[in-house]
Amino acid sequence: MSPINTLFRRELASYFATPVAYVFIVIFLVLSGAFAFQLGGLYERGQADLKPFFDFHPWLYLFLVPAVAMRLWAEERNTGSIELLLTLPVTQAHAVIAKFLAAWAFVGIALALTFPIWMTVNYLGDPDNGVIVASYIGSLLMAGGFLAIGSAVSAATKSQVIAFIVTVVICFVLLLAGHPLVLSFAKVFLPQWLVDGVASLSFITHFASISKGVIDLRDLIFFGLLIGLFLYATSIIIDFKKAD
Amino acid sequence: MIEIKNLTKRYGDLVAVDSVSFTVSPGEVLGFLGPNGAGKSTTMKMIAGFLTPTEGSIRVCGHDVESAPLEAKRCIGYLPEGAPAYGEMTPANFLTFIARIRGLENPANRIREVVARLGLERVLDQPIDTLSKGFKRRVGIAQAILHDPRVLVLDEPTDGLDPNQKHEVRALIQGLAKDKIVVISTHILEEVHAVCSRAIIIAGGKVVADATPDELEAKSKYYQAVSLRARDLDALKEALNGVPGVSDIAIDREARVLTVFPILGKSIFGPVTQRLHERAIDVTSVELESGRLDEVFRTITQGGARS
Repeated sequence: MSPINTLFRRELASYFATPVAYVFIVIFLVLSGAFAFQLGGLYERGQADLKPFFDFHPWLYLFLVPAVAMRLWAEERNTGSIELLLTLPVTQAHAVIAKFLAAWAFVGIALALTFPIWMTVNYLGDPDNGVIVASYIGSLLMAGGFLAIGSAVSAATKSQVIAFIVTVVICFVLLLAGHPLVLSFAKVFLPQWLVDGVASLSFITHFASISKGVIDLRDLIFFGLLIGLFLYATSIIIDFKKAD
Repeated sequence: MIEIKNLTKRYGDLVAVDSVSFTVSPGEVLGFLGPNGAGKSTTMKMIAGFLTPTEGSIRVCGHDVESAPLEAKRCIGYLPEGAPAYGEMTPANFLTFIARIRGLENPANRIREVVARLGLERVLDQPIDTLSKGFKRRVGIAQAILHDPRVLVLDEPTDGLDPNQKHEVRALIQGLAKDKIVVISTHILEEVHAVCSRAIIIAGGKVVADATPDELEAKSKYYQAVSLRARDLDALKEALNGVPGVSDIAIDREARVLTVFPILGKSIFGPVTQRLHERAIDVTSVELESGRLDEVFRTITQGGARS
């Protein structure tokens, strides 16, 4: 078995070894449902789609994904197990990727467990399932982006609380970058190309374009690059902070 | 073989390890001694491949830890300070994980062997977080020896254990040592005598002594000294004045012991007992000292700290 696979399985199992995983999944399911029905008016709209459901994902992830990511490296550093992990015959890159993938798979499991809402709209109406599949993919990619940022922040500290707060703030900025409020404000004094640049950094812009059902290569590249970049940063930060 | 050449680790202006060189051969149990913050752990972390040296090179079993890290790590078993593990796992799961990641041929058998050797049967299915310190340490050692490594690096393997557990761990290390290289760090000096065939004392990031425990003891001013107990120590001191080969006589009133120190290289046990005989002095005990490691340790490391 490859080292990434072994590490991945250990990590994923460790989520479910404590109640944290179940608490997370329950909260995720309850909130995503509550937002979709109460705030989004999924039912009242009378349209067979999941737009109100997916529209709230960026905001849900803003708090829940950093909660998953915060333990990635901060906990290893705090307990000292990082020393054990990195003296096993695995490369640091393998460890960074395996831990990230495990966290991503965990969020993926939580996301997959929202399937009843998909079944519901199919039962009530005739939605465009292609759009829904694209939205799920977009949502998962966005979660991956948040997680990669959280991984890098988590590598920089022994404190999970600090990792959580800093990750939330960074993600908040990246989310807001695409918000109409911010963009219309920016338009007042920034040239259009710069406004587009700011908007193109935003998670919401890319997520919205995928969840329209169009999986554009540019959006995939955006999230792919983002994840790659922050995982690389994770590795550099680990090296840098090893001695503390 | 472990070959270390001019190993240096700097953190900004702070030099944690300063141009350390030594070689360890199979069959040797090397004790790494030094005050806290002397650079013991840093050196061990570099050998294990956790920290990258600023300068110098480390070769383990012929593999350079920087250019061939995976090969080097495969032949090392490492117990980090404090024996960290994944607390939510049980020892059974944890050892299975280690066996998988190290790619063991026959993991089940090997795990059974190591578990029996360290007496972990009782706790195999309890989360490691809930185990006592002694068991945690044993899980850490089990993890380090699981792949039967040629080089074993143990950072304070007996720290925090009770005397029985210390004894067990030392017996285990001695049992391992025949054809292996074992490097342990410790502040417990009796341990050096119990398990080590060689001791390196490190202070201020530099090697200040490298010898067998016996040779180190020979550097003690207590080496070959004679300690006596008697009712009247002052009279005894009076009587022993002028014995040939004696450099100094000291009385420790708290311990009620009189110690006669020899001039370097002289044996004074014969002359001292002869004098006692001649003067017909009663003593309650006579003891030939073999040298005190703690005194040597203090002399060497405090000298090192000043330089």
